[in-house]
Amino acid sequence: MSTTTARQLEVGRVGESVPRADGAPKTTGQFAYASDLWAAGMLWGRTLRSPHAHARIVAIDIAEALTMSGVHAVLTHDDVPGAKLYGLEFSDQPVLAIDRVRYFGEPVALVAAEHPEDARRAAEKIRVEYEPLELVTDPERATEQDPLHPDRPTMGHGYRDDPRPNIVRHLVIRHGDPDAAADVTVSGVYEVGIQDQAFLGPESGLAVPDGEGGVDIYVATQWLHVDRDQVAPCLGLKPEQVRIHLGGVGGAFGGREDLSMQIHGAMLALHTARPVKLVYDREESFVGHVHRHPARIRAEHRATREGRLVCVRMQILLDGGAYASSSTAVTSNAASFACGPYEVPNALIESTCVYTNNPPCGAMRGFGAVQTCFAAEAQMDKLAAELAIDPVELRLLNALAPGDTLLTGQVVRGSLPVADVIRRAAALTPPEPEELPRDPIRLPGGAGNTTRGEGVQRGVGFAVGFKNICYSEGFDDSCAARVILSGDSAEIHCAAAEVGQGVSGVILQVARTELALDDVTVATAGTAMVESSGSASASRLTYMAAGAVQLACRAALEEQARTGGDVDVGRVYHHPRTWPLDPETGQTTGDRSHVALGVSAMRVVAEVDVELGLTRVVWIGTAQDVGKAINPQAVHGQIEGGTAQGLGLALMEEIQTRDGLITNASFTDYLIPTALDMPPVVAELIEDPEPDAPYGVKGVGEPPTVVSTAAIVSALRDATGRALTRVPVRPDDIVGLTS
Amino acid sequence: MKIELVVNGDHREADVWPGESLLFALRERLGLPGSKNACEQGECGSCSVLLDGTLVCACLVLAVQADGHEVVTVEGLAGNGELHRVQEAFVAAGAVQCGFCTPGLVVATADLLARRPEPSGDEIREALSGNLCRCTGYQKIFDAVRIAAGG
Repeated sequence: MSTTTARQLEVGRVGESVPRADGAPKTTGQFAYASDLWAAGMLWGRTLRSPHAHARIVAIDIAEALTMSGVHAVLTHDDVPGAKLYGLEFSDQPVLAIDRVRYFGEPVALVAAEHPEDARRAAEKIRVEYEPLELVTDPERATEQDPLHPDRPTMGHGYRDDPRPNIVRHLVIRHGDPDAAADVTVSGVYEVGIQDQAFLGPESGLAVPDGEGGVDIYVATQWLHVDRDQVAPCLGLKPEQVRIHLGGVGGAFGGREDLSMQIHGAMLALHTARPVKLVYDREESFVGHVHRHPARIRAEHRATREGRLVCVRMQILLDGGAYASSSTAVTSNAASFACGPYEVPNALIESTCVYTNNPPCGAMRGFGAVQTCFAAEAQMDKLAAELAIDPVELRLLNALAPGDTLLTGQVVRGSLPVADVIRRAAALTPPEPEELPRDPIRLPGGAGNTTRGEGVQRGVGFAVGFKNICYSEGFDDSCAARVILSGDSAEIHCAAAEVGQGVSGVILQVARTELALDDVTVATAGTAMVESSGSASASRLTYMAAGAVQLACRAALEEQARTGGDVDVGRVYHHPRTWPLDPETGQTTGDRSHVALGVSAMRVVAEVDVELGLTRVVWIGTAQDVGKAINPQAVHGQIEGGTAQGLGLALMEEIQTRDGLITNASFTDYLIPTALDMPPVVAELIEDPEPDAPYGVKGVGEPPTVVSTAAIVSALRDATGRALTRVPVRPDDIVGLTS
Repeated sequence: MKIELVVNGDHREADVWPGESLLFALRERLGLPGSKNACEQGECGSCSVLLDGTLVCACLVLAVQADGHEVVTVEGLAGNGELHRVQEAFVAAGAVQCGFCTPGLVVATADLLARRPEPSGDEIREALSGNLCRCTGYQKIFDAVRIAAGG
């Protein structure tokens, strides 16, 4: 063992740009994703799903399916060994539909067979008799229709008691005097379509029976322990009999917070005593996870003639779809960040989420703040135009700062460099306009634009995004890490899900920095080796995993100094405590309801062919408050990728439904940005350390997605002169056919 | 039915169901899961391979169509445990996040650079527009292509 006091690290301290440890195996095809897994004797699972958005199940006949070639099992709700219902936060969702289906694609039966084609054909032979029921598909009418969940699963959890049918959560924030009047009022109604996470790696996993009644599940997920805690009761097993292992994850973005194949695969594996693999195809993936909530937002901003915000009133209606998922938290997030990072002394924000028979919605990157940012920033532009004030100046005039009070009554104690972020983004210089005519690949619409660019107009937009970092409202959140120190090497165990965002690198960099060792490895995440890390979501995992690994490393060094030998030390990290919101006023019941806050500003140049309705985002400049960048290259990657997802929502991404049925469940019909759609992204990292966080970090994944939709549509408005109150913006909106 | 083909330089045989794609045969029968199954409709490019030197989506080719032909997958780009220069560039540039699109993009980039050693920015964007990436926003992928091209 080295006796020098200060070891020199070769690579990978906190703050350095370091290539990913899993980068090389991901480029060669060696990295094993959940869909790549294989086991001797493995069967293929298949899920039969509902073709109806709302129907009573009269009968299910599996007799013929059981006789099909290669089939080993056909299971229905009768075969669920334990609890029949599960859910991420509220157990309102059947493992397999019992007497009723509430959304298109709801799982009804399962098949295990030798070949995926055998399983598919057998599933087609399951006879399900349905009796269609009245649809609840208009969120505006949902509270007047019969309840989809008469037992009101989200009531009694400390939320405002709203007796209307189909309410998931109704939150009212009353701040100051909600009736305060002012010199100028602007108002608008804004709509956001349903966005899909569209991660490229479809839902997949392998369930392997252990021969002793338990099961190992290798799965692409965002939170191993919460999966286990939902799976075990439905299988009628103890938690330790269900071991969840992280299979390679092909992106997540919130869409893997809820279960997909976990219980189904385990049921088939335990029933057949064979390993069973389920891999969704793309069409199934579109119904196999929750989506971003579509929203309708009515907003009214009141301000002084000088541009000071006096009062904001907003009604936010979110369509939660058939099951609760994380909708209650999305409802409060949308409300908490409804006005953006501005000082608003008086406000009345009503945020309502309803159950419908539309596709279930839950977590997606930005988590409620995306929808309200789109509305609030449009309002800020409208106010700037009304007052003839520069839009950037208007935002600076109202920028929140430490010491100010949020809508929820929380006084900002930590980092919140809003004005700095706005100034830095506004100072980025966009490119000069390009001349016409030009190569059509650089026209709005690309090579599909057959003009010489006669209808092209250029616009510049600006927006600011605002969101919480970590879980909120009193959730007792923690992350565990375990450090095994042996000589000059260390192994770190942490259940943090590497979903592509780079948390494994964060863990490595923190451990190398704390231990002053190069030879550090991160073990594959699994529930059997370490306690919960919490979820890979809410921009929380860098903060939480860094905290846990730092704590465990420091404890391991102390232990090693005391004993002189090898050590194995575990620690659990908690962020500062938060408190719930008062159910009647939406005000915090303690000193804070949000742990930390992130802000991002973005300037966008877009070109619009105003005759053809085609768009081209030319350039994006952004500044983001990142606390402390553990790996600047990875932070830039998050900003660029998050921006692309916001661009998708602004311009093209929407799940289309007809009577609750998804009509565009493919990458042919649901478009996501390609290499031709993305402009250069110039990003400035603003490092203003968060005082309570390890190294001062903030999560960075969500703010770019929150802000970019709003900023891009701001540029389109500037180019077209149209209100463009709905995203995604359609060609018809641009040429004026819809307004 | 039996097929014979050359995969990454090796003579291989497989017993396939006639409806199976080349992608399924590679992943599930020949032990080569590097080509990815993101859409299986030819929209995302994650399964890009070279079939007799031509870039194709392996999900759109039947396994039986590859009988008697030569296939190069992402596993076969480099040899002897080394990384291909495109693979090295993707790692160095930070062009990999979840990595599910990466094998397809690596194969597509190697194909582009073989045809066009010094592509322009627009040529890169057009050549890779059939490969969807959901994580990176493409910026670092463009960087990687430029690094691999030596520019």
